[in-house]
Amino acid sequence: MGNPAHLKAETSTRKRSAGDVDLPTKTTFDTHRSAAPHRLSKRATCTVPIRTALAVLAATTALVLTGLWVGNNVNMLPLDASSNAPTYDALFKVLFSIGTMLFLGIVILLVYSMFRFRRRAGDFSDGLAIEGNLPLEIVWTAIPAIVVLFVGIYSYDIYERMGGMVALNDHSAMDHMAMDHSVQQAQAPGRVWGGIGAAGMDAAPGGPVLPVEVTAMQFAFIFHYPDAQITSGELHVPTGQPVELHMEARDVIHAFWVPQFRLKQDVIPGQPTVLSFTATKAGTYPIVCAELCGPYHGGMRSNVVVHEPEAYDAWLQQNSPNRTTT
Amino acid sequence: MTLANPSDFNGSLQPQGWLRYFSFSLDHKVIGLQYLVCGFLFYLVGGALAGAIRTELVTPLSDFMPRDTYNEVLTLHGTVMIFLWIVPVVNGAFGNYLIPFYVGARDMAFPRLNAVAFWLIPPAGILLISSYFIAGAAAQSGWTAYPPLSLTTPAAGQVVWILSVLLLGGSSIFGGINFIATVLKLRRPGLKLMQLPMYCWAMLGTSILVVLSTPVLAGTLILLSFDIIAHTGFFNPALGGNVVVYQHLFWFYSHPAVYIMVLPAFGLVSEILPVHARKPLFGYTTMVYSIMAIVFLGLIVWAHHMFTSGTPPWMRLFFTIATSFIAVPTGIKFFNWLATLWGGKIALNSAMLFSCAFIVNFVFGGITGVALAQVPFDIHVHDTYFVVGHFHYIVYGGTVFVIFGSLYHWYPKFTGRLLNEDLGRLHFLLTFIGFNLCFAPQHWLGLNGMPRRVAEYDPTFTTLNQVSSVGALLMAISTIPLLINVVVTAINGKPAGDNPWNALTPEWLTSSPPPVENWIGEAPLVTEPYGYGQHQDQPQEVKA
Repeated sequence: MGNPAHLKAETSTRKRSAGDVDLPTKTTFDTHRSAAPHRLSKRATCTVPIRTALAVLAATTALVLTGLWVGNNVNMLPLDASSNAPTYDALFKVLFSIGTMLFLGIVILLVYSMFRFRRRAGDFSDGLAIEGNLPLEIVWTAIPAIVVLFVGIYSYDIYERMGGMVALNDHSAMDHMAMDHSVQQAQAPGRVWGGIGAAGMDAAPGGPVLPVEVTAMQFAFIFHYPDAQITSGELHVPTGQPVELHMEARDVIHAFWVPQFRLKQDVIPGQPTVLSFTATKAGTYPIVCAELCGPYHGGMRSNVVVHEPEAYDAWLQQNSPNRTTT
Repeated sequence: MTLANPSDFNGSLQPQGWLRYFSFSLDHKVIGLQYLVCGFLFYLVGGALAGAIRTELVTPLSDFMPRDTYNEVLTLHGTVMIFLWIVPVVNGAFGNYLIPFYVGARDMAFPRLNAVAFWLIPPAGILLISSYFIAGAAAQSGWTAYPPLSLTTPAAGQVVWILSVLLLGGSSIFGGINFIATVLKLRRPGLKLMQLPMYCWAMLGTSILVVLSTPVLAGTLILLSFDIIAHTGFFNPALGGNVVVYQHLFWFYSHPAVYIMVLPAFGLVSEILPVHARKPLFGYTTMVYSIMAIVFLGLIVWAHHMFTSGTPPWMRLFFTIATSFIAVPTGIKFFNWLATLWGGKIALNSAMLFSCAFIVNFVFGGITGVALAQVPFDIHVHDTYFVVGHFHYIVYGGTVFVIFGSLYHWYPKFTGRLLNEDLGRLHFLLTFIGFNLCFAPQHWLGLNGMPRRVAEYDPTFTTLNQVSSVGALLMAISTIPLLINVVVTAINGKPAGDNPWNALTPEWLTSSPPPVENWIGEAPLVTEPYGYGQHQDQPQEVKA
């Protein structure tokens, strides 16, 4: 279809779609014609046929059920080996379910529109001149707002259960920060800059907290057990006992990440951080550095070996420098 | 109108013909195309770098290139794609070309500043890339350049990186000021703000973000360069500096930068969908308010990039909530686009295919984005391939798809010729399949333990990395039909006429390509840029 000459700007006149009138139209051109732009009246939205309403209801139900099924049955996560991993996985399932519903819903609507409302050959008319619909717009402002509010409150609850909201007081830090860094002495002693607090540390069933000092450097983690006077390149912990990592970096920023624990915390030079967890399943899991730290960043890995308590005691005995004196 | 000396445009000062594209032209259309072509060349460079990364990751061992080269490549890839491709093209190219038409002006408010803004880009880009060859080593600390790593990697490359990002940031600020002035002050008399095409609003919002946040990045990088060159201690912990402060300052720019890359794409899609669906843009007013809501919220969410950086609990909570709420105005826009399509007469051409695929990709990236905003979720996947997958769904699946869609839509305006539809559909198919094959598996990799920016990885992740690399290969191949299409149709493409889409936005109400100063005679007053389906029976006179 050519461009009508009168649309050219010389006339300073604009004739909207005037050219369309001359062209053959075969579909419902006349019913779509309207003299003025209209927002759908309230009445128009209320006269949705029962059959359409039922179809929408059925489609929505199917969508919700599909989302719930996918969220609960498609496993995207590695083994859960710490006490907060199942909590994390519950959050993941909820997010995955809601995400699946929204994604599928929008994509199905889009693809349906693309086929249902595609332009037929020879039809050069315009679509309906609908410029808006206030009730509809309020609904789809409210839906994401409610979803986001629900997700926010739920994830806050999860975060609290993971111990994220426990204030990291100076007290717990002062006891265990023994690393003699000149940098750190320049800071207020024992200032801790954040991390994940211990989950229910006060009522910890696994007994007292096991403190471990973690030093990160290019390109290794070093673990020091202040009570047992053991220094190791691998982290050994027992199941069921809360562990508190007091971490600081020597050179650049690193990050301590155990995917099976669902926990990560940056290890920062000059700013000690804390990470607490309780391992639940015996096994060997990777410790991965997750912050770009130099050429060998990808090779900066270690292991956390989770023992049953008896095996852990045996490991302590074997490696303790005080072993011969006992 | 308000131009100081119109003879600059018509007279002998400006070169004519193809030569003007290599000149200090003051014509906004020439500058727009300069941005577009220059950006696309850098896209090819950034794409080659991405190819190198995906080749290294075919095997779990670091065996394709030296480890520090790998870090240089990933740093350059990020920097080139963001600062030399997406930001200049989605703002500079389409903004410069379209905004003067949309406000009914003959050029941008400050044509010389406009030309300066463009001509900062090629030297900055060449400087950045040449650091690999001349300075001995390019920057290796990622596009985020976190200290202390950026203080300990080879200094020359890092300083060159800072210098070129400063130049590009300056270019961006010049452009932002120009867009704000043009939209607010150069509007044709009688044209009200709420009658502007949506892309004007998107560019107004984007430019506000550019002007507010880019100077913070500039200041931060200047302090960082002091630390490197003069051994000051702003961010050097050995001298009492604070590394987390750098992250706050950096992300104060770099989160808004996401909206600087995405809001203009929202605007462009809002122009493309109504034309090819033959329907008015649904919910114009709510679209405008949601852009401004995104601008405001975009400024107060930066610390969600720092949930594992030792931020206190209250801060994590605040930024979770603020970030989540961006989903509300964004959601409104997507529902409005769906409603625009509903009941339309949709022409499924290449422009429309890319635009619809943008909706699919961006919704996916938006959903993973809301998940990432939740502190407990983020703590597990932060700095992993999940995040890599997520932000490529936003900036590639979102913005780059829109750039391609826009190219098919406005190419007839630029050249007077139509791009070939068959090659266009092939380009779309290869891009869509390649993109999803490349980035979808990365979410699983991240959830299961693969951190980002690594040259080597656990061998259990090999298969999915290979799938991802095959996707990257398809994406590389997809540029071939595009290049052929652009070159061949520029020479003997189908003539488009002035308005091949029968569009109502003002850029189509002049010849294609448009004359210097855009209109012969006075600019038309277009008060209903989306008036499809109205007045079909009676052509309406519009006041000039």
